[in-house]
Amino acid sequence: MSATTKSPTASDSRTASGSRTPSKAARLLGDRRLPVAVTALLFLLMYLGGLTRYQNFGFTEPQVFLNLFIDNGYLLVAAVGVTFVILSGGIDLSVGSVIGFTTMFTAWLVERQGLPLLVVIPMALAVGAFGGFLMGYVIHNFEIQPFIVTLAGLFLFRGLCLVISKESISISDSSVSSMAERQVSLGIGFLSLGAIISLVVLAVAFYVLHYTRFGRRVYAVGGNEQSALLMGLPQGGTKIAVYTVSGFCSALAGLLFTLYIQSGDPLHATGMELDAIAAVVIGGTLLTGGSGYVLGTLFGVLVLGLIKSLIQFEGTLSSWWTKIATGVLLCAFILIQRFMTTRRKT
Amino acid sequence: MAEPRPVLEMAGIVKEFPGVRALSDVDFRLFPGEIHALMGENGAGKSTLIKVLTGVHPLDGGTITLDGRSVRITSPLQAQQAGISTVYQEVNLCPNLSVAENIFIGREPTRMGRIQWKQLRRQAAELVERLGLDIDVGAPLSSYPLAVQQLVAIVRSLGTGTSTGGGEGPGTKVLILDEPTSSLDRDEVLQLFALMRRLKDEGVAILFVSHFLDQIYEVCDRMTVLRNGTLVGEHMVRDLDQVGLVQLMLGKAMGQLDELHDQQLHSHAGETLVRAEGLGRTGGIAPFDLEIRKGEVIGLAGLLGSGRTELARLLFGADQPDSGKVSIEGRQVSMSAPNDAIGAGVAFCSENRKSEGLVPDLTVRENIILALQASRGWTRPIPVAQRDELVAKYIKALDIRPANPEARVGQLSGGNQQKVLLARWLITQPKLLILDEPTRGIDIGAKAEIQKLVVSLSEDGMSVLYIAAELEEVLRLSHTIGVLRDRRLVAQIPNGPEITTTRILETIASGEHQ
Repeated sequence: MSATTKSPTASDSRTASGSRTPSKAARLLGDRRLPVAVTALLFLLMYLGGLTRYQNFGFTEPQVFLNLFIDNGYLLVAAVGVTFVILSGGIDLSVGSVIGFTTMFTAWLVERQGLPLLVVIPMALAVGAFGGFLMGYVIHNFEIQPFIVTLAGLFLFRGLCLVISKESISISDSSVSSMAERQVSLGIGFLSLGAIISLVVLAVAFYVLHYTRFGRRVYAVGGNEQSALLMGLPQGGTKIAVYTVSGFCSALAGLLFTLYIQSGDPLHATGMELDAIAAVVIGGTLLTGGSGYVLGTLFGVLVLGLIKSLIQFEGTLSSWWTKIATGVLLCAFILIQRFMTTRRKT
Repeated sequence: MAEPRPVLEMAGIVKEFPGVRALSDVDFRLFPGEIHALMGENGAGKSTLIKVLTGVHPLDGGTITLDGRSVRITSPLQAQQAGISTVYQEVNLCPNLSVAENIFIGREPTRMGRIQWKQLRRQAAELVERLGLDIDVGAPLSSYPLAVQQLVAIVRSLGTGTSTGGGEGPGTKVLILDEPTSSLDRDEVLQLFALMRRLKDEGVAILFVSHFLDQIYEVCDRMTVLRNGTLVGEHMVRDLDQVGLVQLMLGKAMGQLDELHDQQLHSHAGETLVRAEGLGRTGGIAPFDLEIRKGEVIGLAGLLGSGRTELARLLFGADQPDSGKVSIEGRQVSMSAPNDAIGAGVAFCSENRKSEGLVPDLTVRENIILALQASRGWTRPIPVAQRDELVAKYIKALDIRPANPEARVGQLSGGNQQKVLLARWLITQPKLLILDEPTRGIDIGAKAEIQKLVVSLSEDGMSVLYIAAELEEVLRLSHTIGVLRDRRLVAQIPNGPEITTTRILETIASGEHQ
């Protein structure tokens, strides 16, 4: 298609009266919620598949479902942060390193410096948010591609891990383990504190993206940054804020990861930014920005988590199959997105 | 008759750019409830005047008075707050958001920081309805054609003056429309005009810039004419006819346009150059047969989106045909990529000269030489002397201004950019030249020159496929007129004295040629 001015919509829907309602089919295909529905459906099918195949191996326990949230809470929080960034048309590669750094930072302060956990938590969150803010500041003020700036962030935070310690630090502090073991019973099973926090983060993110001016600006900047500027929106501030949110979420994910694994290690969460990005994309958010839902990200994370569970239940497969399945899914979803966006244009 | 007080008065405006005096001592005034056309050739200073008014460029001299108070406007945002809104040729909205959101984003109604979606949609729907538009505000902006998006942009700009938008009347006092019609078709333009008249009745002062003289005469009340950065005069539209206006704009008589009428149309019985049989592409254009003879100019007429560009793109191999075949000079060619077409002697001047044709950061010389170098391959550079000679020849032949091969193309005016693009293809000496809207958005003088060039190229034996939105243009230049309707080539009419724009319009409307 050469230009939007010549798109068939321009001629097909033209009528003398000036009424221009797109056809129902076109609307359905163009509906931005469709990818989320597709991912949710995929999750449901995979889950049903698991139910039938492993029904005699305990897959039918509701706790198996709840474990998806417990085992992937940190990934969900990180992916929510990445959703903000990708919606705004950017990318954040520093997520995994910030998570790794937070585990080291927390373990070091609690174990080696003897600081109480409740003091360490706000410090870790502040460091992560400040790191995100700095990257956003550089991206906006020096007009550098987010890919490069956050790549620098990736190396920087991973390097800082090693500055703290080259060895992993296991946490024996009782406040940490008691917090990690805290469970909330739901009748049919239980959720860990980390899982609850991740769901709260998801709900807050949904509210922010859909019911605040800031959230709508994220979509506007991702839709067309130049237009957002000319519409008088504070596009620079929005971009900086988005990376700050992502940095904050990464640090929070790091704290949840620390609780989950009860140690700090310079190599923790290596490459997790890619899992987070994959979850966001599988959840139906367009990498070009401006289109997607944080709820889709939840399903993206659940699908990735379910793949892991299924492979564990299968028993004979090596864990590398998780990566292969993720790769295949990611590829399929990007193709679906491509198909949908070209459909929307024509 | 006592005139009311102008809502906007600009006096003695001076604007200088390094080496150029873009505006010298220009006066301009705008009355409430009128549509005022700002006229002038490209480079006359229209855009500069608008940019000064909207705070994009700082003033170098002169005063701006808004509503009787002297104002200093230093940024677009400040202009908006003062009640001056601008809608540009390109739609500056977010296609991924809904219409309602596009109207209100940045000033959504909120309660305790929470966006009140119901209220927002209701207000948007009211605003749209009050302006007599039929738009579903809940639908994403991208589901609407460009014309409607443009209307939405206007609706948005009206709301910016008030705190919550809608409510009691627009806060906008001055609405600037900078070439809003250049990519709209006739129906869409009418819709825009209806909206403009409605706003005018509500007392908004509208500044309208358009290259289409007919549109100016249809909708405007008053006009100000600029030439070379100076004020030529302010006239009521009804007191000045089109010929008079053009003479004011050009500063010379219309002779060069009249010449064209005498030049056109001598009989052409050249042999067949291109023959397309059953060529078509699903979703692009229905299969068509087309024969282009040597030295023939074929004009394509049809509404925007009727398949004109799609037909041309098939002939150039830019899109893959699903059916049919093309032969050039009797030999069948597979048009699977533009490279094949270029090899066979077909050249294509795209309508989007900025995005698809020229490289704005390269010089005039580099842009001209691009296609020729590409056809030779990078292993055989063109000798410097030969290159400079060729470039100089075409700069002269097409009268590209400034005649400086080192100038960066991005700094040239629209008409001159178009000429550079033409030069690039002419230098490869094509057998068939496809021109897609070559005169869009360029001034009337450059338009005439490009049209004359087409006539002389055809006399030299080059075939031309000419696409233009203005029927008069197609009619004046073409030997044969292909009429398109709903992505179908419905008729091929040999041009002659009895063919008029009305006949063509009837064919477009009815889909058949009597």
